Order: sequence, then structure tokens, then C-alpha cells
Amino acid sequence: MQLEPRKPAVVRDQVLPLKSDADVVQARQAVRRAAEELKFNLVEQTKIVTAASELARNTLLHGRGGTMKVEFVADLSRRGLRLTFEDRGPGIADISRALQDGFSTADGLGLGLPGARRLMSEFDIQSKLGEGTRVTVVRWKP
Amino acid sequence: MDRIPILRMGECLLVTIQVDMHDQLALALQDDLTSAITKQRTRAVLIDISALVMVDSFIGRMLANISAMSKILDAETVVVGMQPAVAITLVELGLQLPGVRTALNVDQGMKLLRRALRAT
Repeated sequence: MQLEPRKPAVVRDQVLPLKSDADVVQARQAVRRAAEELKFNLVEQTKIVTAASELARNTLLHGRGGTMKVEFVADLSRRGLRLTFEDRGPGIADISRALQDGFSTADGLGLGLPGARRLMSEFDIQSKLGEGTRVTVVRWKP
Repeated sequence: MDRIPILRMGECLLVTIQVDMHDQLALALQDDLTSAITKQRTRAVLIDISALVMVDSFIGRMLANISAMSKILDAETVVVGMQPAVAITLVELGLQLPGVRTALNVDQGMKLLRRALRAT
């Protein structure tokens, strides 16, 4: 199989619901197991799980629930973990503002999106008003 | 609903967080601790987070809130046992927990609390 460097191949995936507080905990634990399996070191595991926790909470609180997809991805030279958080909530009106530290609409610290972005290697956000939001993050294994 | 136990040890309230907390559990702990400080007239709180493998902005905020609330109620809170990987992640996340007293372990934390109590 030919692998393009821009489009990593998905080796395996799993989709989990994010409908409650308990689902957020389950999602964190699933991400921890995946990061362990990919042999990320402890600091990297902690960063990935923390980012997942922030994004899962966002999906629950701002997106009124949704799903998290966990994927083992690989391209020619490296392996990584990709997480996709998807909801059909109200969408984000001003994405660049939502990515700023300290901007919060749900009485939080406003660290969820910008913090998760700092903790991961790649970060992408797509959002449409009235349709929902999809956040995709990847952490590559060094 | 589950609750995180709050133990009394001499003049001190002791909390050891040993489960992966969901948000409501963290909020419940915040409420329980605040009322325990008032009811039991405690002036010192020690929170052991050595078993926590992750502290995100929500749990971080809970720790900061407990510290701030206890201060207003004339009590000192110290958070002990944070794992190095958790500390590294917290700072990168953007959370530096200003106003939260920390110590390396329970022993150091108790020393810090005793000193703070003697000073007042």
C-alpha cells in the first residue's frame, strides 16, 4: 500500500459517545489506553489525556454532546494518535476568539481549546453555525 | 452519588483523591470541603493528589477554588503529591495555579500547615 505523507493511514479506530460526565471519564481512559499501547512516554500520555479531557468537555458543554473517535494513524515515517471530537451543537461563531486564552462562554477558564492545541502536535477545528463543530488533534510519536 | 471522603486528623482535614474524577464529583468535593471547614472549625486542609494521573483545567480550577474559599474561611490548604508529568502538562495547558500552596508529599505538606498555623 502506498502511503502519502500528508494523509496518514488509519490503522485502527474506535468511536465513543460523549453524552455525560461519565462518558468524559470513559473517553479519557480510552485515550490513556491507546497512548500506552502506542508507547508514548508518561509525560506525552499525560498531555494527550489532558487535551482529550478538555476537548471532550467542550463537546459535552458547548456542543450538547457528541462523539470522540480514537485512531491509530501512521504515515511513512511515524506513528501517532488522532482524536476527533464531533458534535451537532450550535457551532462556534468566532473560531479565532475561541482559540484565545481566557475566552470562555461556559463560565470556564477558557483554556480548553488553546490549551489542547498547545498539548498536541496538530490541531484542526471546523465549525458551522447551526450545524456543529469538529475538532481533530494528532500527537505524533517522536 | 459518589463522594470523595474527607477525613479529620487532629486539626487537619485530609482528602486523598484516588479516583478519576468526573466534573460533578469535583464540584461535590469543593462543596463538601467548604462546609466541612465551617462545621468542624478546621484551619488546615491537606489534599493529596499523588494518585491523580491527570489534572485538567476543571480539576485545576477546583483546586484553586478550594484554596481561595478556605482562605476566606481562615483555613490553609496545601495540595501535595502532584506527579511531575501532571505539573509539566498543567503549565503547558496554561494553568499555573496561583494561590494554591503545594508541597512534594504529605510529610512536607503537614510541616507547611503546622508552620502556617503557628504563625497565626
